[in-house]
Amino acid sequence: MTAIYKHRLFWPLVSLLTLIVINFIARPQFLKITVRDGELYGPLISILRESAPLMLVALGMTIVIATRGIDLSVGAIMAVSGAVALTIIDGASDPSNMGTVTIAIVVAILVSLVLGVWNGFLVSVVGIQPIIATLVLMLAGRGVALLITGGFITTVNSDPFSFIASGYVIGLPFAFLIGVVAIVVLSIVERRTALGVLTEAVGINPEASRLAGVRSRGIIWGAYIMSGTLAGVAGLIYASNIKAADANAAGVFIELYAILAVVLGGTSLNGGKFSIAGTVIGVLIIQTLDSTILFLGVKSAQSPVFFAVVVVVVVIVQSARLRDGLAAMSGRLRARRESAQDRDKVEVA
Amino acid sequence: MDEVRPLLELTGATVRFGADAALSRVDFRLFPGEVHSLMGENGAGKSTLIKAITGALRLDEGTLTLAGDRVEFADPHAAQRAGISTVYQEVELLPNMTVAENICLGREPRRGGVISTRLMNARAAALLADLGLEVDPASLLGGHSVAVQQLVAIARAISADLRVLVLDEPTSSLDLDEVAELFRIIRELKSRGVAILFVSHFLDQVYEICDRVTVLRDGALVGEYLTHELLRIDLVQKMLGRGVAEVRARGRAVDDAPAGEAVLRARGVSSARGIQDADLDLGEGEVLGVAGLLGSGRTSLARALTGVTRLESGVIRIEDADVHLDSPRRAMSLGVVYSSEDRRRDGIVAELSVLDNITLALQSEQGMLRQIPAARRRDLAASWVEALDIRPPDLDRPAGTLSGGNQQKVLLARLLALSPRVLVLDEPTRGIDVGAKVEIQNLVAELAENGMSVVFISAELEEVLRVGDRVAVVRDGRITDTVAAADLTADSLLALVAQPGEDEG
Repeated sequence: MTAIYKHRLFWPLVSLLTLIVINFIARPQFLKITVRDGELYGPLISILRESAPLMLVALGMTIVIATRGIDLSVGAIMAVSGAVALTIIDGASDPSNMGTVTIAIVVAILVSLVLGVWNGFLVSVVGIQPIIATLVLMLAGRGVALLITGGFITTVNSDPFSFIASGYVIGLPFAFLIGVVAIVVLSIVERRTALGVLTEAVGINPEASRLAGVRSRGIIWGAYIMSGTLAGVAGLIYASNIKAADANAAGVFIELYAILAVVLGGTSLNGGKFSIAGTVIGVLIIQTLDSTILFLGVKSAQSPVFFAVVVVVVVIVQSARLRDGLAAMSGRLRARRESAQDRDKVEVA
Repeated sequence: MDEVRPLLELTGATVRFGADAALSRVDFRLFPGEVHSLMGENGAGKSTLIKAITGALRLDEGTLTLAGDRVEFADPHAAQRAGISTVYQEVELLPNMTVAENICLGREPRRGGVISTRLMNARAAALLADLGLEVDPASLLGGHSVAVQQLVAIARAISADLRVLVLDEPTSSLDLDEVAELFRIIRELKSRGVAILFVSHFLDQVYEICDRVTVLRDGALVGEYLTHELLRIDLVQKMLGRGVAEVRARGRAVDDAPAGEAVLRARGVSSARGIQDADLDLGEGEVLGVAGLLGSGRTSLARALTGVTRLESGVIRIEDADVHLDSPRRAMSLGVVYSSEDRRRDGIVAELSVLDNITLALQSEQGMLRQIPAARRRDLAASWVEALDIRPPDLDRPAGTLSGGNQQKVLLARLLALSPRVLVLDEPTRGIDVGAKVEIQNLVAELAENGMSVVFISAELEEVLRVGDRVAVVRDGRITDTVAAADLTADSLLALVAQPGEDEG
């Protein structure tokens, strides 16, 4: 029993379940899932579908953070990826041609990968601090995206492309399935190969790892490539959802939400031990919260404040130090009460 | 002299990190107007003691009194307010601000609530003039030499109520003239009645400037001495800790060339930090002891041989082939492995399990994508845990929670799992208990008998003599002597380590 209580995912899970319960109390239909034409619909399904871009970005961020780094450029990479794909589709004679869309997707992902290579190069080879190295692209990336779209919001009508965000496969949203595939692939790559443990070693103690012969440069570089690539896929989902490449709005602040998801999932910003499952829970917490705010009808101007308050509460609940402090405090109070009682007894005697 | 009450007194000071005591029941006193040196090897407890005095660490046991009053500092600021200032080895100032801004940082003079640059420069100028320094207070700190920056740091530490000044290896980056300048200022402060704690591993400087010496070893007090009454060789002996006339357990007599073929040869090896023009031959199955004081270049030598630091010049040959050791990884692939002197900083990956720590090097040698199968990893780690008697024998425990001796064994297991040909051990027995120490010494002997070549660095001369077939003495960044262990006694080795001019003593 105490083992469950001490598990690192215990408190993140409690936070998520609490949010779901609150939603259920507020609107019982929250948990209702309907089947239409063999496809699932309902608030929970929407949350899963809409969580896909953040899921992908946060997964990449988890690995980067495990190496003691941070990737601020993911939002900008999303914008570039969307701009590349839509510009290719828009320029083609038949936007709905499957081949065109495939080429657009592949090129967009490759461009994102190259941007990840650039970030990784700055961090692992040139040795620039991650926050500064990725800030470069964070600031410049949207400019590049605007350059690609010629300063306009490129819109397209392409069924195959729209399918990414709104299509269904085996009864589930395709976007959600992309997220699931990313989770599974990443879990296998990190845990079935030695990459995970070597990444943690580099994050915990870079110098000890170097002396143990770990190729820390390659590992760190790889993390940024992974992050960039996943952000590229996230950018495609985003663009597909709005059927447009909006360089100014795509993935705005997503780097911060991704960092938040990673931290909510119990991975330390100091690097080292990371948890993919934790990040998944963190993403779901954020997405559920987002949907709660919408449902409760919080005015959009006030919603960030509401969001922030809930996040602070969740973080406090998960803080081991605070829990220990409270336990110690209640212990002291109890001890004081007991000693007071003892004194009373003595006095009575 | 002893009629004077100590200004600062530490009694029965104990500081623990987990199960290990970094400082145990140490007494220390500091008189007004004296320069007092704190001496000891790595891990002796010098920095722990300094931190205890300056409020950076809390005492687990013991008391600290300042001018007769018992004090307890919550943090370095509290100590500073009480008149205790510290200047660290690395200058902790802001190079992008002016000298005056650095000096007045955190206590800028204000006029009408606004920081007054004019007042600040005037105050800094007065302070600098007081120290006899000719530096423009309005100039950028970063534009000055490290020495001047160091002196500015001291100027910053000096305030009207300065009573104790702690200088932690202030001279390590200064040249001779700059040291003289620093000493002039130390003498000036001393004449004002400031108590100065001066930590340096340069014996010459200690003898030049210090009135009194306190020697620590393995976290315990060895003694307090007047510098002019303590012979240099005695000081070194006290630092290194040597019982009188111990019998050597192992003494395979060989002359000063390695027995058998040299596995590793170094010629004219120099690295940017610490070691110059070193020649070294290491035979198959030989243990080469390396003796030298802290800062002598013993660690630089080990790091140069194992690809941890790059060579500035010189060649290393392994079995008669020139090799280019540009990284630890490269050295490992050639069978040369290094165990660092600082287990916590660059040895153990503390939060990873014992299992992961032991298999780390082997796994990275195999490549990151070809994971060693879980069952094999576990068997391998378990066999090492058993062979080296690592306790507790729990493979899944975070390595950082083990005691020092067991961490060292985990580190050894990591390297031995690679089946190396040359094992370079930098103070493998530092700060670990006696039992584990003997186990590691025996292990080294056993490995050597099985044909492994070992470089064994230790601050303990007996240990070097007991374990080594030959002993290389490192002093001032050079290998000054290489002698068969059989031809040495602890006393003669001590003489070689301590000072060049005292060969007879």
